[in-house]
Amino acid sequence: MTVRKNQATLTADEKRRFVAAVLELKRSGRYDAFVTTHNAFIMGDTDNGERTGHRSPSFLPWHRRFLLEFERALQSFDASVALPYWDWTADRSPRSSLWAPDFLGGTGRSLDGRVTDGPFAAATGNWPVSVRVDGRTYLRRALGAGVRELPTGSEVESVLAMATYDSAPWNSASDGFRNHLEGWRGVNLHNRVHVWVGGQMATGVSPNDPVFWLHHAYVDKLWARWQRRHPGVGYAPTAGTPQVVDLHETMKPWDDTTPADLLDHTPHYTFDTD
Amino acid sequence: MSGLTRRRALGAAAALTSAAAVTAAVVTPASAAGRGHGHDTSTGPAGGHDHGAPAPFDEVYRGRRIQGRPVAAGEHHGGHHGAGYAVFVDGAELHVMRNADGSWISVVSHYDPVPTPRAAARAAVDELQGAPLLPFPAN
Repeated sequence: MTVRKNQATLTADEKRRFVAAVLELKRSGRYDAFVTTHNAFIMGDTDNGERTGHRSPSFLPWHRRFLLEFERALQSFDASVALPYWDWTADRSPRSSLWAPDFLGGTGRSLDGRVTDGPFAAATGNWPVSVRVDGRTYLRRALGAGVRELPTGSEVESVLAMATYDSAPWNSASDGFRNHLEGWRGVNLHNRVHVWVGGQMATGVSPNDPVFWLHHAYVDKLWARWQRRHPGVGYAPTAGTPQVVDLHETMKPWDDTTPADLLDHTPHYTFDTD
Repeated sequence: MSGLTRRRALGAAAALTSAAAVTAAVVTPASAAGRGHGHDTSTGPAGGHDHGAPAPFDEVYRGRRIQGRPVAAGEHHGGHHGAGYAVFVDGAELHVMRNADGSWISVVSHYDPVPTPRAAARAAVDELQGAPLLPFPAN
């Protein structure tokens, strides 16, 4: 059974195996397909049109399925690997072990944002940025430059306290838990973390940075915490909403799974805190 | 899709190259204001609820030509929603999107809304640090 652990608690061997599986996936060409899919949804999801992966209620189940696909791909190389999560309310400094050379490597140099250490630095030759929106082929970051502070635990608590999953107009203007977690309104959790990391993480091709998966694994965990906090409150909307994925409608690009199928994470994985 | 897109973008780039010599001196005072980093990303633009198309713009910002103009529905390439407004950096189209509250984002600054398409273009120039924008994602 897959157990998703806090990245701060991983052993040296677990870090080494995770990194090796990610690099294998990259070498196979399958990694970049995930980046392409994500950017297609980033560009296609709009507030007044069809919206599936972002700025809509299905932001959370869509990314849950997307991460499951990625995790299964890693496990095809090493069955012991699980996605770790990054609790950015706790590990909130560029000096966190997350950014050490034995794991994801650190921030980018000031000249051009280029990451120069760790297994994903361009100089290793193992991490070409191929699916991109500009001419630069090297991984970039600017930790803490785009916005100074990561969200705090009390900011997360204020969003977990929201008793409505989502609400009309089911987009970036909505009130409720989903949009406050996504960050288009209010204290801004998920979006702000993308901005804090900077580099490719601030763009539509954000999965070019492996921290994408650790960030979203924590966003996913916050959804599970919210469900436990509000056991009587379900996914919304439940039916008949144009351009929006209702509870029992299938989601692109898979077309074989609905939000209802993904509400319970425990058939697929558990968390170290479960 | 990309073929059509690139042809169109390259055509625009060629047109801009000839026009650039004439207008390169057009630099607004605001273009010297520097990077937009460090601002509060938690709130949308004040009073950003006007849903009419923003005005066109054309300036050189940090040494790069940025332009924006309203476009007719269907003028955009396939696989990309109709924003009703197109933005270019040195002639390459920058994918932009308007949020429900009237704020704007672009594909190179996707999680950090700014008040206007011109601000999105400037944020893109800041992000690019001189790198060429690919007309649309390479894949």
